[in-house]
Amino acid sequence: MSENGIGKSVKRREDKRFITGKGKYTDDVRMENQAYAAFVRSPHAHAKVTGIDSSEALAQDGVIAVLTGPELVGDGIGNIITGWAITSKDGTPMKVGAWSALATETVRYVGDAVAVVIAETRQGARNAAEMVDVAYDELPAVARGDKALEPGAPTLHDCAPDNMIFDWEIGDEAATDAALANAATVVELDLVNNRLAPNPMEPRSAVAVYDEAEEHYTLYTTSQNPHVARLVLSAFYQVAPEHKLRVIAPDVGGGFGSKIYIYPEEIVCLWASMKTGRSVKWTSDRNEAFMTDAHGRDHVTHARMGFDAEGHITGFKVDTVANLGAYCSLFATATPTYLYATLLSGQYNIPAIYGNVKAAYTNTVPVDAYRGAGRPEATYLVERMMTTAARQMGVDETELRRKNFIQSFPHQTPVIMCYDAGDFAGNLDKAMAAADVAGFPQRRAAAESRGKLRGLGYSSYIEACGIAPSKAVGSLGAGVGLWESAEVRVNPVGTIEILTGSHSHGQGHETTFAQIVAEKFDLPIENISIVHGDTDKVQFGMGTYGSRSGAVGMSAIVKAMDKVEAKVKKIAAHQLEAAEDDIVIEGGQVKVAGTDKALGWHEIGLAAYTAHNLPDGMEPGLKETAFYDPANFTFPAGTYICEVEVDPDTGVTEIVQFTAADDFGTIINPMIVEGQVHGGVAQGIGQALLEQVVYDEDGQLLTGSYMDYCMPRADDVPFYTIEHNKTVCPGNPLGMKGCGEAGAIGTPPAVINAITDAIGTNDLSMPATPLKVWQAIQKTRAPMAAE
Amino acid sequence: MTEVTLTVNGKAVKRDVPDTMLLVEFLREELRLTGTHVGCDTSQCGACVVHLDGKAVKSCTTLAAQASGGTVITIEGLANGALHPMQKAFNDNHGLQCGFCTPGMIMSGVDMVARYKAAGKELTEHAIREELEGNICRCTGYHNIVKSIQQAAGEM
Repeated sequence: MSENGIGKSVKRREDKRFITGKGKYTDDVRMENQAYAAFVRSPHAHAKVTGIDSSEALAQDGVIAVLTGPELVGDGIGNIITGWAITSKDGTPMKVGAWSALATETVRYVGDAVAVVIAETRQGARNAAEMVDVAYDELPAVARGDKALEPGAPTLHDCAPDNMIFDWEIGDEAATDAALANAATVVELDLVNNRLAPNPMEPRSAVAVYDEAEEHYTLYTTSQNPHVARLVLSAFYQVAPEHKLRVIAPDVGGGFGSKIYIYPEEIVCLWASMKTGRSVKWTSDRNEAFMTDAHGRDHVTHARMGFDAEGHITGFKVDTVANLGAYCSLFATATPTYLYATLLSGQYNIPAIYGNVKAAYTNTVPVDAYRGAGRPEATYLVERMMTTAARQMGVDETELRRKNFIQSFPHQTPVIMCYDAGDFAGNLDKAMAAADVAGFPQRRAAAESRGKLRGLGYSSYIEACGIAPSKAVGSLGAGVGLWESAEVRVNPVGTIEILTGSHSHGQGHETTFAQIVAEKFDLPIENISIVHGDTDKVQFGMGTYGSRSGAVGMSAIVKAMDKVEAKVKKIAAHQLEAAEDDIVIEGGQVKVAGTDKALGWHEIGLAAYTAHNLPDGMEPGLKETAFYDPANFTFPAGTYICEVEVDPDTGVTEIVQFTAADDFGTIINPMIVEGQVHGGVAQGIGQALLEQVVYDEDGQLLTGSYMDYCMPRADDVPFYTIEHNKTVCPGNPLGMKGCGEAGAIGTPPAVINAITDAIGTNDLSMPATPLKVWQAIQKTRAPMAAE
Repeated sequence: MTEVTLTVNGKAVKRDVPDTMLLVEFLREELRLTGTHVGCDTSQCGACVVHLDGKAVKSCTTLAAQASGGTVITIEGLANGALHPMQKAFNDNHGLQCGFCTPGMIMSGVDMVARYKAAGKELTEHAIREELEGNICRCTGYHNIVKSIQQAAGEM
């Protein structure tokens, strides 16, 4: 077995360039003949554009062009698409309003792009953008999803006069109603899942390069999925046919979902490069990022769960309004439906579930998948419900969970998903042991003696990752297949290059992907390189999101390696005059088992490429490709336990201990997996305690910078305790489930359940700021007698 | 335009630049030292931290002209050839994921350890977390960044 193989915490190979300042991010790219783009953006949440006067901007030194929506549409650039078709419960298709990369007649959110200035310098472009005089007729606006669906709310798109994008359902309503009607106890809960801004630290950026002689475009961009970007830019936005468009996503500084989408700015930079004959660069500043990067979450939910007299769940009914913002972004419609309501069964046996999701247009930036995407919303609902129910029924919440845990697999839920494997009680046991739950009463008493309120909160989450198989997602409305591709190249010198359609923007693929190759071929990791992020190098790929790079991306590599192995064995058997079945790969060599006859990988490689002595009929070369389409989603699950201390005088919450026990199946690199959990947990803590995108009633964005939007800092979080359970996933060759999103999914209910445990009231919303916590505490106390 | 003279990573440089040019733009655009990053517009994120005359500064909030005459060390100049103990510690402890905030984290970490050593104060976990107030990371949850700085503090 390779010392750098599966299960080893190999230090990251990509680190050196980052820790020495030699990373190459999109904004680090500089082309010859480069000009800069700056966007003219709507200051209004909703308005008609009645005129654009560019004369003053055009008169400035160094301004090359000012381009507007009508020109873009006139040049045949297509509207921005949404990639998942949802059908309403009455059978009608969802209502998709037109979204042009530059607004033509109407702006629908603060930040909606109206025009672009191309100039010699970045500052020159920005200054000139201020001088473009856009005349607006303001229209009434609405920012909240529930308000947008009320009668009389301002209409955003003519195709949806009531702002309803879809009114969708899942599950059996009659059976669920009957279950609730016959339940011994019905627990009700109203929750808001707060709107978040993803905030990868690298702002989005694009450099578009048009080669007039070849009629060819190159786009450097901050993308999680460069091939999908090329596909969409080509097939739908008509920028260029695919063979005339190369998309490169170099080092990308975090994504968390927000860099899946193909935004107006990339489209406009490509088009502007052609219009001006210049390379065009645009880099978002943070304020622009808050105004234009797709936001996440933003659900309002009412739910009822029924229990029988023994505490078994009998039914679960959920009504959710999802705010999707001003336009339907790429995966926006899938997020509150098939990525949300299909997880409403949680880890529990629930005989009847019904979910109704109404999606609303509002005058806010589009909302789409953000780390977890629908699954955090489901988990927050299910896990707050379980804790609330235990409190209401006066039973131990861990016992209530255990009583209802699914114990046998496969398990078909009433909401599409078929869970393939899991050990939910084992996860809970591991978490409780690591969190020293037994010692909690003493810790609580000690806190009380210091005047602090100590609480313990649980969350037993489940998620669906891999997002596949393609045939299944296609039947549910997906516009793309969700497989992955890989190519394994053995070079004549015996080194190996892996080309993958997955994309790493912090996940460490250059290390983990090499580890599975080192394991399979028993080679030093130094002999293996990972190539990704360039449509000219990698044949195709669906990119990285939905925790799919392990379960889907690595599986494609395994499949290609199997093909290489078969050919290597044939070559070795031929050259060593042995039977193929006797050939083994070990110790960096290809050997005849039980003999000293062996060939090095360099000898196999050379034999394959010289082709002087190959078996009859064998093609020269040693390169194999594979496309892998999973058989099912994967189902990572776990239990998180959060312990807090609340200062009743100030409402300040301190997270004193956080324990995560996750079941990710097979783990390639524990160090990297734990890092993924750390980051996800911090984002979950951010959602629970700190983060909230705020629009005022008129649709003005009030949280447009890090001065108004509270990002988690190092002193907001503790050291985390991480435990692993390893139930092998039967659905893919390595038995992996995915680890990228679990932290963000499992954490928020654990934090809120802990705070509400501490303060003794269940009535608390995210983010649980000191003000909100203090107010909640005051409500629990008897009103002071008037003097 | 303003003439800016600086010693950057040991090399003397002189440029005529617009009065409004920020130090980070001078480093990234004039000198093509792109290891120093810009992650926000309001001095919160710390991706742009460099050392100016021995102190950590946010180069997004410093004019190039203000720094003129000074000595600047960027992530590229922190160690010559070998890795600085702080750089090594970030690799050892998986203190980075996407790498975008990392140069600022490392430059802040080096400054923090040096200040505490000079003052004879212990750099506790609590102190590290408070000192990192001006550096935001979205990937790591800070766990391994704190561990990295703890390791480097023992080696510097």
